[in-house]
Amino acid sequence: MEKAIKKYWPIFLLPTLLAFLIGFIIPFIQGVYLSFCRFTTVRDATFIGISNYATAIGDATFSHAFWYNCAFVVVSTIAINLGGLAVALVLTSAIKGRNAFRTVFFMPNLIGGIVLGYIWQILLNCVLTILERPLLALDATAGFWGLVILMCWQQIGYMMIIYIAGLQSIPDSLIEAAEIDGATKWQTFFKVKLPMLMPSITICLFLTITNSFKLFDQNMALTGGQPAHQSELLAYNIYYTFYGRSGPQWRGIGQAKAVIFCLIVVVISLIQLKMTKEKEVQQ
Amino acid sequence: MKKRLLALSTVAAFSIAALSGCGGSSGETTAAAETEEAAADTEKSAEEEAAADAEGGSVYYLNFKPEQDAQWQEMAQMYTEATGVPVKVTTAASGTYETMLTSEMASSDAPTMFQVNGPVGLNNWKDYCYDLAGSGIYGELTSDDYALKEGDTVYGIAYVIESYGIITNKTLLSEAGYTVDDIKSFEDLKKVAEDITARKDELGFSAFTSAGMDSSSDWRFKTHLANLPIYFEYKDKGISSTDAIEGTYLDNYRNIWNLYINNATCDPAELTAKTANDSLNEFVNGEAVFYQNGSWEYANVVGEGKFTDDDVTMIPIYIGVGDEANQGLCTGSENYWCINKNADEADIQATLDFMEWCVTDEAALKAMTGGEGAMPSGGAGMAFAIPFKQAPESTNLFVALDASMTAEGKTPVSWNFTTMPSEEWKNMLGSALSVYAADQTDANWAGVVSAFVDNWAAEYTLANG
Repeated sequence: MEKAIKKYWPIFLLPTLLAFLIGFIIPFIQGVYLSFCRFTTVRDATFIGISNYATAIGDATFSHAFWYNCAFVVVSTIAINLGGLAVALVLTSAIKGRNAFRTVFFMPNLIGGIVLGYIWQILLNCVLTILERPLLALDATAGFWGLVILMCWQQIGYMMIIYIAGLQSIPDSLIEAAEIDGATKWQTFFKVKLPMLMPSITICLFLTITNSFKLFDQNMALTGGQPAHQSELLAYNIYYTFYGRSGPQWRGIGQAKAVIFCLIVVVISLIQLKMTKEKEVQQ
Repeated sequence: MKKRLLALSTVAAFSIAALSGCGGSSGETTAAAETEEAAADTEKSAEEEAAADAEGGSVYYLNFKPEQDAQWQEMAQMYTEATGVPVKVTTAASGTYETMLTSEMASSDAPTMFQVNGPVGLNNWKDYCYDLAGSGIYGELTSDDYALKEGDTVYGIAYVIESYGIITNKTLLSEAGYTVDDIKSFEDLKKVAEDITARKDELGFSAFTSAGMDSSSDWRFKTHLANLPIYFEYKDKGISSTDAIEGTYLDNYRNIWNLYINNATCDPAELTAKTANDSLNEFVNGEAVFYQNGSWEYANVVGEGKFTDDDVTMIPIYIGVGDEANQGLCTGSENYWCINKNADEADIQATLDFMEWCVTDEAALKAMTGGEGAMPSGGAGMAFAIPFKQAPESTNLFVALDASMTAEGKTPVSWNFTTMPSEEWKNMLGSALSVYAADQTDANWAGVVSAFVDNWAAEYTLANG
């Protein structure tokens, strides 16, 4: 049997490879090529060199979206992971009905981003009206915090599940040994649990950072980039350049932005993976 | 060897099954249309099927107007039943037409018939437009003004003429002690509106419906209302488009915008959260007298459980410029039919025939122009005013009003917003208008002026190089 697998493994790999090729590799290469072109539909593109990149980098809305997005990544990553870890710690201690709580915290993840965006838009606008503050579409700062609140609400439950799995995999003997040695609760947490949790932290940070960079539907539904592109994250800015603008020149520029965006996300997440991986300990 | 073949074919079968999932999702948007079409297909007799094959052509219309989707689906069936030529109609959801057209045009089954909204929209799709000069449909137009031409090339044919103005609830207006004859200028409108606002609690209704700046409704102000200062500026200069607008009449634009937002059903700071439906419902529920919108809203305003033709009318949008006594409604078109040049010969011919049928066949004309019960199935027709020689009078009250005003010698305001440099220009203007509405300072109005004037030149340069 083993021999057969060794012999025929390319055949078993073929379906996935084919899907990966059609669904990812080919569109990706085509996308990179299109970023050097002027086109209306993807079928008839004319090569024009790197001018799309020059325009994309010079676009003030794009650089604003980049910094706005960076700020969002920092704030939401910290908030979501702290929140997720805190909830996981509470829900791994011996409290009543913890399975029910886990389910409840996880549930927001099952609702689509567009729906959430509109629901939170109504909620937050109501709050802002009561506070007599300008509505979401008039205030990019309110839009920013709105997005952070929305993403925390949606993502904390998901990260919580990963952290719970990580916490449960820590051998009880380690905790017990620490207790016998006279470690306090905080010492146990920082010196024993946290180092053992590093694999979970790596994956959670990776997920929240890339999710926050790629955030699109919540941004579109909650603020729509209002006022005047001030609350646009990168993905929405790219979408708007590609589809919101009319004229063949914009398609290529949007495509160029998308390639730059892809590079940024890949580089940042690789750095993050390398940094947190180094901190992981062997059991 | 045999075994290997078997393994390979099994793998191939699995891959196809797995990959077919990828293809399915892209078709989802058109699923509704396709199921209806499929239903029509099964009803078709074998003979008709054969006839379709003989023709070889088919029609795929990507429709822009969601409010008329049901009617177009029925028209497609009618045409297929009459001629055997398959017609597929897909409607893009509101605000997603360009997105959908872009992706559909790149597919192997591209639309043969699509729409552009005027000279600026044409810029995007010019390379895809079949020259309609000398075609049957072009010959049916009542005037050359309704063709989208450059030189001798005819890129598009306007198939519906629309009017907009201020839809007025006559009953409420008389409760407030006025009639439409009292409103003949901006000053009159202002006086009436402010009087209604002053007595709002006593009367129980407001002057204007909410001027919603949600994306479902903001085009009424960033596009349609903005047309008026542009129209008067063009008129003064004797031009029909420009690379740099001066904004001569922006003070008047500010006055009418102030009037709309400060005499409405809601606080102007809440406008960004107000939708088109909010505004329509306020009007239909009798919460406000005036509602700026167009003839396409006829079926939403008049009908069972709503108003009758005697309750409502439409008055011109006065902004205090020009000869107001002789100002008519804003009338024009932003719906042009185009044919995809890259489609098969047979498909192009089938599409040309379908277009011509739409504007010459009796039942089709009735569906396009009639109101209640005009469709063969008994449903409401499209109630369009269409610029074709054989078209009967439309039953749309607002369209009829436009015709009678023009007959009285009033000058309709033309649709110059089709020359606005880009969607982006409109969006930035809309954004500035909402900021101003929430806090009506001169500084915020300067933002509107900048979005109007400076951004026009900037966007024009970007669009035209």
